[in-house]
Amino acid sequence: MLAPARTDRQGFTPLKNASDLTLRLISLGFFLLVWTVAALIAQSSMLPGPWAVAKSMVEHTVAGDLPYHVGITLARVAAAFVIAMAIGTAAGLAMGRSRRADLLFDGWLVLGLNVPALVVIILCYIWLGLTDVAAVIAVALNKIPLVVVTVREGARTLDRELSQVAQIYRFSPRKTLTKVTLPQLYPYIMAAARNGLALIWKIVLVVELLGRSDGVGFQLSIYFQYFDISSILAYTLGFIAVVLLIELAVLRPLELRLTRWRL
Amino acid sequence: MTALSVEIKSKTYAARTPGANHTALKDLSFTVPEGEFACIVGPSGSGKTTLLNIVGGLDREMEGVVRIGDGGGTAPSDLPIGYMFQTPRLFPWLSVLDNVRVVMDGKSIEAGEAENLLKEMHLGDVMQAFPNRLSGGMQRRVALARAFAVKPQLLLMDEPFVSLDAPVANKLRRLLLDTWKARRTTVLFVTHDLGEALSLADRILFLSPSPGRIVLDLPVNLPRPRNLQDPAIDALRRDLLARYPQLLAGLVNVAHERA
Repeated sequence: MLAPARTDRQGFTPLKNASDLTLRLISLGFFLLVWTVAALIAQSSMLPGPWAVAKSMVEHTVAGDLPYHVGITLARVAAAFVIAMAIGTAAGLAMGRSRRADLLFDGWLVLGLNVPALVVIILCYIWLGLTDVAAVIAVALNKIPLVVVTVREGARTLDRELSQVAQIYRFSPRKTLTKVTLPQLYPYIMAAARNGLALIWKIVLVVELLGRSDGVGFQLSIYFQYFDISSILAYTLGFIAVVLLIELAVLRPLELRLTRWRL
Repeated sequence: MTALSVEIKSKTYAARTPGANHTALKDLSFTVPEGEFACIVGPSGSGKTTLLNIVGGLDREMEGVVRIGDGGGTAPSDLPIGYMFQTPRLFPWLSVLDNVRVVMDGKSIEAGEAENLLKEMHLGDVMQAFPNRLSGGMQRRVALARAFAVKPQLLLMDEPFVSLDAPVANKLRRLLLDTWKARRTTVLFVTHDLGEALSLADRILFLSPSPGRIVLDLPVNLPRPRNLQDPAIDALRRDLLARYPQLLAGLVNVAHERA
């Protein structure tokens, strides 16, 4: 069975040995060095050094505002993610299996893929009000077409021979879905999930900036007004840390579990 | 009791260009009594797999009637069928045990029938392994266990041992016969190998080249247990080929056709 190309935008290339690790550490050190030197030369609050940002991060964490707003953003990400994955997977499966469904909806799909995220966000806020529901729907709507495209690709490659086995042994539709169809789609669903998370993080912040009064996006807009670059970078780094943690603690182990039969 | 009755008037595959339809089977009928081991032998392209798919209900676009069991009626039967395909067709994401359990009902699973079957197939040690860790012969044994796991009224087999080396294939044939003998399942076994058919079958149905129909219905009365290397099998084979030199191409002399 073909797996989709790994478009692993958040993951690192896996390390093979100690010298790989050294290279990565050198790269990180070089980055911090360039940053520090640039900050020293600039001598400006517009470009705080790594140390100032770290200090700001600790302050915001101790004060509690950083965890609070990251938590709120995280909840929105989770809701939009679940909705987008559920609807996108169902639609992708239907369109991959049925030519008729594909022809009926691929026009919508092209439209969905090409409507700018900002337009979807603005329209959701106008039509549904400045609410959390509107925010989550706006994010999900931006993501669904991408999930559909990926899952549809997987559904088109479903193994007909295994479907015949399910037919001969009279599997119920439910059993066919869970034991035959979904396992073949997992690589595609996982690819959609990883890319989806990367996209959703980014859109959620814009949604919050435009129409919410909490969350990381809202905080960034406040610090933008104060030109508080240290806080902006502190929030950014805190946020990136959480994203990586989810990638490493949730998505990676889940993917390993679902594909362990390949080993 | 009749376990299977097949009356196919015609089975055609629609071609892309109208008028160029391909007729795979034509006027093919036979019945198989309960518990019989019947082999279908025919040249490649004679529609053997098509026939099995029709009997198994995977292909319903044909003119004719297939009845499984004594139920009568033309609706596809709900009686359990086992099907061993040319390749094992196991679910690679399920363990060996789960590959067998997945076709069973809750009661049979609880009774440990899957484990017993796998032990019968000498697979007791690899029940937790994933199929792609197993050799081709072992994968076929899992597929065989799965086919018997549904307590089939009818077992369909489509050249299941074709890509195995001779000793492994022989072992599997013996395993198949042992399992069949213990259960007396009705078997429809497709092969192009006359020796294999003679070593397994109670009766052999020879197919013509496309469009396939039955050209010879041959009872095999050799005593069991048989062995592929038995002189009696070889003698029967040579005798058959002397009488019908073109038999494996699906052609029999007209003079013998009604004999």
